[in-house]
Amino acid sequence: MNVADSAPAMNNLIGSDADSQRTLYPYVTGTSVVGIKYKDGILLAADMGDYLACHDSGSYGSTLRYKTVERMKSVGKHSIIGASGEISDFQEIMRYLDELILYDNMWDDGNSFGPKEVHNYLTRVMYNRRNKFNPLWNSLVLGGVKNGQKYLGTVNMIGVHYEDNHVATGFGNHLSRPILRDEWHENLTFEEGVKLLEKCMRVLLYRDRSAVNKLQIAKITEEGVTISQPYSLKTFWNFAAFQNPTVGAEGSW
Amino acid sequence: MTKQQANWSPYDNNGGTCVAIAGADYCVIAADTRMSTGYSILSRDYSKIFQLADKSLMASSGFQADVRALQKVLAARHLVSYLSFIYQHQHNKQMSCPAMAQLLSNTLYYKRFFPYYAFNVLGGLDSEGKGCVFTYDAVGSYERVGYSSQGSGATLITPFLDNQLKSPSPLLLPAKDAVTPLSESEAIDLVKTCFASASERDIYTGDKLEIVILNASGIRREYLELRKD
Repeated sequence: MNVADSAPAMNNLIGSDADSQRTLYPYVTGTSVVGIKYKDGILLAADMGDYLACHDSGSYGSTLRYKTVERMKSVGKHSIIGASGEISDFQEIMRYLDELILYDNMWDDGNSFGPKEVHNYLTRVMYNRRNKFNPLWNSLVLGGVKNGQKYLGTVNMIGVHYEDNHVATGFGNHLSRPILRDEWHENLTFEEGVKLLEKCMRVLLYRDRSAVNKLQIAKITEEGVTISQPYSLKTFWNFAAFQNPTVGAEGSW
Repeated sequence: MTKQQANWSPYDNNGGTCVAIAGADYCVIAADTRMSTGYSILSRDYSKIFQLADKSLMASSGFQADVRALQKVLAARHLVSYLSFIYQHQHNKQMSCPAMAQLLSNTLYYKRFFPYYAFNVLGGLDSEGKGCVFTYDAVGSYERVGYSSQGSGATLITPFLDNQLKSPSPLLLPAKDAVTPLSESEAIDLVKTCFASASERDIYTGDKLEIVILNASGIRREYLELRKD
């Protein structure tokens, strides 16, 4: 890549034929992941839908192509990852992580990577790909428990990362974080945590057009990882205002 | 076939403000703890202050991923100097603040053609124990000053500091001391006032203020709650 092409005009950077190998836009994407700390560990929620983008020279909308995509996976003994964005890039991240954990196990030294280490590794991977202008088009949530310490962090495709008591990707940042800021507290029980996550996911279901009503909840505690079977949330659409929305509006039929 | 344009930017602005004030025998470095993107708040409790050496602290705002990478690079360079020797072992001492200031400048300029989107203030004590503050732009242009502010609230804070601290012109001969005659506690109060004001009008500044005070007896931290809106 020509150094002189860099700073001012960004569109010069994605130019030559040699660049046909880099990510230009995502094709198959998953939507928000929401995560919270609770009394015994971490809870993550994500739906199972993936949308296929329909591109020609611009965007044409998208179709719900896959309805059983596991967007949350366990990583080693102590962590769990949830991904939104391009699913093929998530699969590649899983290959990186599997290799990381394999090498960690091969040391056979009684130590194993906790969530903090995995999150740091992921952050470096994402940032380095961004530096090469070939990002992994994902926003990731990384949570876990090690030696009683709970950890929950997130990192996105350009390397922006942080940890907090509750995190969310994509639309979750706009719709779920405010709910969590209001209702999250230390020492949520498992049932309370799930209820809180379901509240967040329900709002996303109503308001995020790429959300689908088939979700999983993942739990990680000192004992290990459990990912629930897929299930759906109860929704209510019978509001009076939606029955005949254009009644009374000037010029409508 | 039209060329595909880039539809993502490698940069983002995660906001926040940093301030540093140099005193006769202390240095105050402060930054808010809010991290934002667009109109959303990502975290209300993210520290922008990083200790580079015994007597050097850096406060940085801008693009968080670049700030973090910069912090890691500088920490590594402090540990391992250019020829892969440990700086402390090679030079038999910790890096002084002015030395770190030069290192930061060079590190930033190294990426002149794909910059770290980081706006830094370096604060600490020089080899004589006097407070020193260095202020930077994104590509490493720097100078030693008596006080500085960087980040989203800098335009609101700098004029106020100019009014209160009235640094003598660097063009004067003989050179006049840039450090403020204010006491440590007065400087801390001034910093708190700066951030309370900036939080009123700058949407990216708020939540909490982290103040680090460096003096002969060591290092200490203070916190102040700021507006959360």
